[in-house]
Amino acid sequence: MNSIRKRDLAMLIFGLILYGAIQGMISEKIIGSFWQLNIILICVNVIMAVSLNLINGYTGQFSLGHAGFMAVGAYVGVVATVNFQLPLIAALILGALCAGALGFLIGLPTLRLRGDYLAIATLGLGEIIRIVIMNIEYVGGAAGFKGIPHLTNFTWVFFTMLFTLFFIKNFVNSSHGRACIAIRENEIAAEAMGVNTTKYKVMAFTIGAAFAGIAGGLFAHQFYLISPNSFTFLSSFNYLIMVVLGGMGSITGSIAGAFVVTFISAALASFPEARMIIYALALILLMFYRPQGLFGYMEVTNFAPIKKLLDKISGNKGV
Amino acid sequence: MAENKKPLLKAEDVSEVFGGLKAVADFNFYINRGELIGLIGPNGAGKTTIFNLITGVYVPTTGEILLDGESIVGQKPYEITQRGIARTFQNIRLFSELSVLDNVKIAYHCHVKYNLLETVLRMGRYFGEEDEITQESLKLLKIFKLDEHAHEVAKNLPYGAQRRLEIARALAAKPKLLLLDEPAAGMNPQETHELMEMIRWIRKQFDLTVLLIEHDMSLVMGICERIYVLEYGMIIAEGTPAEIQNNPEVIRAYLGTETVN
Repeated sequence: MNSIRKRDLAMLIFGLILYGAIQGMISEKIIGSFWQLNIILICVNVIMAVSLNLINGYTGQFSLGHAGFMAVGAYVGVVATVNFQLPLIAALILGALCAGALGFLIGLPTLRLRGDYLAIATLGLGEIIRIVIMNIEYVGGAAGFKGIPHLTNFTWVFFTMLFTLFFIKNFVNSSHGRACIAIRENEIAAEAMGVNTTKYKVMAFTIGAAFAGIAGGLFAHQFYLISPNSFTFLSSFNYLIMVVLGGMGSITGSIAGAFVVTFISAALASFPEARMIIYALALILLMFYRPQGLFGYMEVTNFAPIKKLLDKISGNKGV
Repeated sequence: MAENKKPLLKAEDVSEVFGGLKAVADFNFYINRGELIGLIGPNGAGKTTIFNLITGVYVPTTGEILLDGESIVGQKPYEITQRGIARTFQNIRLFSELSVLDNVKIAYHCHVKYNLLETVLRMGRYFGEEDEITQESLKLLKIFKLDEHAHEVAKNLPYGAQRRLEIARALAAKPKLLLLDEPAAGMNPQETHELMEMIRWIRKQFDLTVLLIEHDMSLVMGICERIYVLEYGMIIAEGTPAEIQNNPEVIRAYLGTETVN
């Protein structure tokens, strides 16, 4: 028990060091505004990918509407800060609650569907959310919501990301998380072992949606304007690619996936024609040679040298 | 004790109709606490259907199923498991990509008390219970001689070991009644013999009532105290192994009709 706490602490310290290093480089202007923006986007995308991974990778429910929940979080967030002058933290929490509630309401009926059917249903729901927002004049309709204060910064996104990672990691490494994984592995056996499969599917979906809402709130306060077109089916698909690329069922994988995808898009920003081709080629090659994604089910803490190091720090022996 | 007289599980006139096919017809049976009962019959007789009816996978078209005197008809499989019935599957259904240890840990699910907040913040009952689950799981694996494979992926286990893991996993749910669907399928005589000893031992150790479906007659006749014989969804005989072996109806069902004598 103590060893788990110490491992968490070790990872937290690592996170703080990483934060210090990047924040230092930002204040010293070693990182320019272009890469600063991309670092923020990476963190937002990590939140999106990890939360989608909980639904798609861990629980095995193929959802294609994640950008829809992000949109809910984003719009609720900007309404909270602009129209009600609430602080960012309140906007994020409100966005998470609304997106989570919507996830719950949508999940209850749709999670009865399986595989391709669920994918199509969630795809449709994501689009419905976007089109509904497009028709609400209160939030700017199709033209988008203008005049959003720039409240998001690296500190906010980094610590929210850290919180998300710990939340999902702790959830997955518990009886609740094991119930979700059991559903992915074999739904009939999971049910026979006493797992309320509907409850856990909806739970995973709701948690995933809530974190997408948080990511949406952070995303929105980075830009002056958001429009429904920031949350199309294509962006849902982009998050799915991050999850698949990194490995369905690996948090480390989602981090790596979000990083690689965002980094490639940024690095190739000056060659827009070549970008999609290289992107597609990379995916095809990956699926050929590593269909389970970069990490598969593995976490970075499972790799022998890192595991050894962590065990040494935490004084854990065996098991 | 008067309580022991009441059957643990009782089925009253249970029928299951799939379209025009009567898979199970007017099925009546009971299991007393602590008994070890066999359910046999030719292929397609409806044995697994009966398991599915008891565990809530199917809902009986008509009839009642009572556990401890209370109806469990219409309950979801997970609710029935929580009430104390655990099962194994004829076609192995392990969580095949997960470790052997995790397979067993999942089955402790319905006994976990810590809530979502304690999970996410890693406080309160989380550590104590998780520790206990791991220890108990390892103990169970040891009983089934699987402790050395605890960290292997379940699908890489040899066939016999996978069957043992299914039983270990079912026991982790702490059932009162254990349903075994062809536990010896695909095992060699040596393994079957060991399995027999193991079933006997766990029954005593865990204070279990066992209902098993099996085609291996040496196993059924060797350990069952009472046997039900099923044919075309109907019970054609019931009795001790010796009675069943000499029952003309059973011989007819298994070997075909013949006008002997």
